[in-house]
Amino acid sequence: MDDFGSLFDEFDVLGAFWVNIQLTFWAAIFAMVLGTLLAVMRISPVPSLRWAGTTYVTLLRNTPLTVIIVFCVLGLWGQLGITLSSDFQRNFFWLSVLGLTVYHAAFVCEALRSGVNTVPVGQAEAARAIGLDFGASARLVILPQAFRGAVAPLGNVLIALTKNSTVAAAGSVAETSGLMREMIEFRPDVIVAIFLIFAIGFVILVVPMGLATTSLSRRWSVAR
Amino acid sequence: MRTRLMAAAMVAAGALTLAACSSDDDPGDGGTGDGGGGGGDTIRIGIKFDQPGLGFKDGDTYTGFDVDVAKYVAGELGYTEDQIEFVESPSAQRETMLQNGQVDLIFATYSITDERKEVVSFAGPYFVAGQDLLVAADDTTITGPEDLEGKNLCSVTGSTSAQRIKDEYAAGTNLLEQPGYSECVTALTAGTVDAVTTDDIILAGLASIPANEGKVKVVGNPFSEENYGVGMPKDSDRCQAVTDAITKMLGDGAWQKALDDNVGASGYVPNADLNPPEPAACE
Repeated sequence: MDDFGSLFDEFDVLGAFWVNIQLTFWAAIFAMVLGTLLAVMRISPVPSLRWAGTTYVTLLRNTPLTVIIVFCVLGLWGQLGITLSSDFQRNFFWLSVLGLTVYHAAFVCEALRSGVNTVPVGQAEAARAIGLDFGASARLVILPQAFRGAVAPLGNVLIALTKNSTVAAAGSVAETSGLMREMIEFRPDVIVAIFLIFAIGFVILVVPMGLATTSLSRRWSVAR
Repeated sequence: MRTRLMAAAMVAAGALTLAACSSDDDPGDGGTGDGGGGGGDTIRIGIKFDQPGLGFKDGDTYTGFDVDVAKYVAGELGYTEDQIEFVESPSAQRETMLQNGQVDLIFATYSITDERKEVVSFAGPYFVAGQDLLVAADDTTITGPEDLEGKNLCSVTGSTSAQRIKDEYAAGTNLLEQPGYSECVTALTAGTVDAVTTDDIILAGLASIPANEGKVKVVGNPFSEENYGVGMPKDSDRCQAVTDAITKMLGDGAWQKALDDNVGASGYVPNADLNPPEPAACE
């Protein structure tokens, strides 16, 4: 137990977790927006939009996240000089949020499409029959039901995003996995304690998400 | 739910601890380190695979200064080159690999520190490196860590190097942390960072690879002391034999030759006050 105490004194463990929470928060919001847009594109009647959405999902979903984050830093910032903040370190934070967003948006899109599949075809046909165009029927009829049917898979995406936020270490963001590496470098005598701190930390972060999305998915599911 | 998870975590931790303990009683592959008992056995040596000039895997050949020292020491312990099995030992895994017997010795830019001595033993040092800077070949404005104020500096995530510069020399340094040094050198040649920092011999190895030759240079103003030792399981009976081998290598010219062969091309000269080092006695 002394080991745990001294590790918390020596290293800013909670601060590192806070960075992961912030990364997760912003990337979750942006990925939700982008992913919804992509899902609408993929179910739209316009072939070019469907094609663009499918290409995006195929490309981003199948590229390792580390590659995307490293590209954001070494490619976008390093080669092209794109900055998202005038503060040097903050820039890497937002570049990593960008990388996490574009990657997870593909998964949000697919989760939403699985939700769309829970909506009976008759609903879409009824929406057309009362004279709604595609935009209105998606907004008023299909998506509201799709979201309710997709709570559990969206929860899985959020859980994956929370853990994947540790990849931001590859983008020069000081967060938990970087701190863990630093702690192992300086305190190799207590590796098991270090591992337990981070494992338990993530369990504490993620378990409530799983419980919440499971109960919400039950409560919100559309009775059919 | 929570209690069951905690129990599972404790069981996992217990298993790890047991594994670590049992390996203490296990003398590895039975090598006694008496200098001649190699016959038939192999020795597993941990090196880096990704540090050109020090420990580098190219196809199925291994090159670098650490590799040459490892081969020499293994030879003195009675192992031919065919009997050496090189194993990759990334920095964060070195102690664990020694503790659970995955490797017998480690030659991987392994600095001797008190914390590490708690869990593993060291012979050596066989080289004394110092933290230094790698800059663009035509850069004359950076001659030491003090010149980094307001500049962009790259180092590897979780390493001591960059933090030392911020703490002791230039608090206003902008820090880019990357997974590996090759990414840092990429950023340096692209001009988005002004310097890369770590031990001078590692930088010299990076500067020696053909793609970087002529583009970057080691500043040559080391500002720390890193004693590279040979890592071995705690209280290994090989310590004295390894120390004798290093002492012999330092004396007969093979050490200097290994250094020149591997990192000489960059024009790097090791800190002459501290090199060649004097190996410490085994405790």
